[in-house]
Amino acid sequence: MKPKFGVVVFPGSNCDHDAYYALKKILGLDVTFLWHKDTDLQNCDVIVLPGGFSYGDYLRTGAIARFSPIMNSVIEFSQNGGRLIGICNGFQILLEAQLLPGVLLKNKSLQFVCKDVYLSVENNDTFFTKGLSRNEVLKFPIAHGEGNYFADDVTLKSLVENNQIVFKYTSVDGVTDNDANPNGSILNIAGIVNKEGNVLGLMPHPERACNPVLGKNDGSLVFNAIVKNFMN
Amino acid sequence: MFKAIVIVKRRPSILDPQGMAVEKGAKHLGFNNIKDTRIGKYVEFTVDTKVKSAAEKEVSEYCGKLLINPNLEDYEYTLEEII
Repeated sequence: MKPKFGVVVFPGSNCDHDAYYALKKILGLDVTFLWHKDTDLQNCDVIVLPGGFSYGDYLRTGAIARFSPIMNSVIEFSQNGGRLIGICNGFQILLEAQLLPGVLLKNKSLQFVCKDVYLSVENNDTFFTKGLSRNEVLKFPIAHGEGNYFADDVTLKSLVENNQIVFKYTSVDGVTDNDANPNGSILNIAGIVNKEGNVLGLMPHPERACNPVLGKNDGSLVFNAIVKNFMN
Repeated sequence: MFKAIVIVKRRPSILDPQGMAVEKGAKHLGFNNIKDTRIGKYVEFTVDTKVKSAAEKEVSEYCGKLLINPNLEDYEYTLEEII
């Protein structure tokens, strides 16, 4: 059976409808919204924390959303092995909730960056990427002011050793260098998983790259991989 | 009751692009002696208890759980008894 997706809606989320639309209308999957004040995850199999500016980014990005009633259920769900994806602000929330290690700093340029970027699949042995090719280059849009991933040396070493870096910013040819890095992220990191492999956080927006009519379809490769891996 | 003032500082090992950008502005204005600009946060609130040790405990917990991200920031605070 195909997984049921749940998209959490925080006050200030603005990619919740993008995620819902991509999953439901384009990919034809079962999706429901999950209100931040609720605690019932409605038997969802995969939870999406969407992009946006939850709680106006007050204090720190993701800092207040992390204490929403729904997040207690989401954290418990993930601790029991439930699959969880945080996109952009969702990634920031996962870091604040300490479901993933590290922090996201202001972009090195101090500017909000909104453009298409290329990513390489660094680890194709996760629930989210099995079925894609290793080093496959995907095109996703980014839209963020604080996407500059940073972790101390010990954390970084552990991320590398445990193969937790899933996506890196690259050139169209798959070259990982400074020119391809839109925000100053250490090691060009665009997305990571936790050690257990059931929680993925990434800054780029796969849900905005699911409609061929809009010129980008690589996001659907990731969501279709998730569906396939769930069914296996 | 106590009045608490918390200063949140970015840890020394963490780059502060905002501070660097502000310092660039300082240079444009001719403040050539200004160096090492770091931007933090100031938070003030009251703690409704008569016991100082209880207030200290609550402020520390509030800072640790919400006001700062320990990966990124340190904090210091002062407590002043008010009537």
